[in-house]
Amino acid sequence: MSSTTETGTTETGNQSFGGVQARSEVALNPPRIAIKNLDFFYGDNRALKSIDFNIPERQVTGMIGPSGCGKSTLLRVLNRMYSLYPGQRATGEAMIDGMNIVGHDTDLNALRAKIGMVFQKPTPFPMTIYENIAFGIRLHEKLSRAQMDERIEWALSRAAIWDEVKDRLDASALGLSGGQQQRLCIARTIAVRPEVILFDEPTSALDPISTLKIEELIDELKRDFTIVIVTHNMQQAARCADQVAFFYLGELIEVAPAAQMFTAPKHAKTQEYITGRFG
Amino acid sequence: MSISLSAGAVPGPRKDPEVAAALGRRRKRVDIIIRSLCVGATLVGLAFLASILITLTYRGFEAMNLRVFTEVTAPPGSEGGLLNAIVGSLIQASLGTLIGTPIGMLVGTYLAEYARGSKFGNLVRFVSDILLSAPSILIGLFVYQILVLPFGGFSGWAGVVALAVIVIPVVVRTTEDMLTLIPNTLREAVIGLGSPKWKMIVFICWKSALSGIITGILLAIARVAGETAPLLFTSLGNNAWSVDLTKPMASLPIAIYSMAGSPFEDWIALAWAGALLITLGVLSLNILARTLLRGRK
Repeated sequence: MSSTTETGTTETGNQSFGGVQARSEVALNPPRIAIKNLDFFYGDNRALKSIDFNIPERQVTGMIGPSGCGKSTLLRVLNRMYSLYPGQRATGEAMIDGMNIVGHDTDLNALRAKIGMVFQKPTPFPMTIYENIAFGIRLHEKLSRAQMDERIEWALSRAAIWDEVKDRLDASALGLSGGQQQRLCIARTIAVRPEVILFDEPTSALDPISTLKIEELIDELKRDFTIVIVTHNMQQAARCADQVAFFYLGELIEVAPAAQMFTAPKHAKTQEYITGRFG
Repeated sequence: MSISLSAGAVPGPRKDPEVAAALGRRRKRVDIIIRSLCVGATLVGLAFLASILITLTYRGFEAMNLRVFTEVTAPPGSEGGLLNAIVGSLIQASLGTLIGTPIGMLVGTYLAEYARGSKFGNLVRFVSDILLSAPSILIGLFVYQILVLPFGGFSGWAGVVALAVIVIPVVVRTTEDMLTLIPNTLREAVIGLGSPKWKMIVFICWKSALSGIITGILLAIARVAGETAPLLFTSLGNNAWSVDLTKPMASLPIAIYSMAGSPFEDWIALAWAGALLITLGVLSLNILARTLLRGRK
């Protein structure tokens, strides 16, 4: 996290733009999800307009933009969450492993096991900490008790919460603090061993310390997982993301490596947004 | 958005302290009037309730003794009890709840999880709400038509079905309400793990709503325990000992109804004892339900 310090207003170095300093330039990996000509509709309202871009493998893609710009909508397209609600539909392509996510014959349960999601508010299930993690695993795998114990310890350790809960795995998950609950939810998601993890403003309900922990965790998780994060916090996008996509009114205005996005945005709109002139 | 109201530019005349004070006095007067009306209405309601409860407790305890629980109904003057009515009530109320609860829970679940916003769902909800507030004598008459007349007589089963019909809409409503209270984000979290919808409902939603649903069931039991009208046309009542559900069956409300209307002192006393029993039963069910509901969070 060496390149993630917030800069003061006086600094105007090459790496900084509008007070936001991005991580240094990294090359983007080959795409894990390829989005082509993607449209999304809430009823008749077209909320995403011809979106085209790639989500690189085992890197963090940050999606930014003012409220209602479509960034969360796109996230919910990627694991077909919208299919829960009648009247919402997507057209176009979002390819993962040769399969179109928004296709008609997609196996939704298998897709969601492959593309996990962490939500804005922590959503612990009303059961023990152990059962919270085991629930997701049991949906897709049959493990012996010993294997299950091992997997749960692995997931909780990866989510950096094992040390805090190892002595009370049989306690209710509802008794954890907000930050712990959110890390539990991350553990629950990675326990299913997805390949992609979608984060929908995962820290907007958390205090700064918990936020920092989650950000460090995301940095660590990208070694194994492809990560997409929606955030309203420009510093967070700068700290976490390798690639940043800026959305405005349902359109993808600009997508670029984070360093480039925060130092030399190509579009005037992007520049105005990341310098805080609107949004 | 260039319009800005700076501090010095408030429109209208300056504030007059005299007017402000007058308005303040008026506010206080109105407050006193409204407050006394509210407190007065509360006291009137409480007075009625207290007088009912005090009379009931006094007369009920006066008539209460062991025979009430050990003897069946006997002719006036020969020291009978309410055993047949108590047992009959327990059987009919519990069977009615047992039949009505699963149906009500499934309908409530359908409304909350599958039919939200659908036309058919709205229709079902509307009908269920009508059933909830329908006079219970109508339900008695309905069951009389479909179970008593065709099968040649009053029976415990008919009483059970009538009570089940009363239980259903109560459980439908509480189940739906409790499930609707669950935030959609929790549902999305379950679905997001790759869970099929039925597992989400059974393992997460029902579990989250459990104490609320149980509360609803307890309130439904409390409701049917005191129902008289639907039983008049179905299980009729029985002065002899009988646990045969194909025969007419005694129940506390009907025992109270017939005994309180009789001219015999000892029967009237038994009616008071029965009324106290039901009230205590319903009261403890309500307390239990409230405790459970408070246990949430």
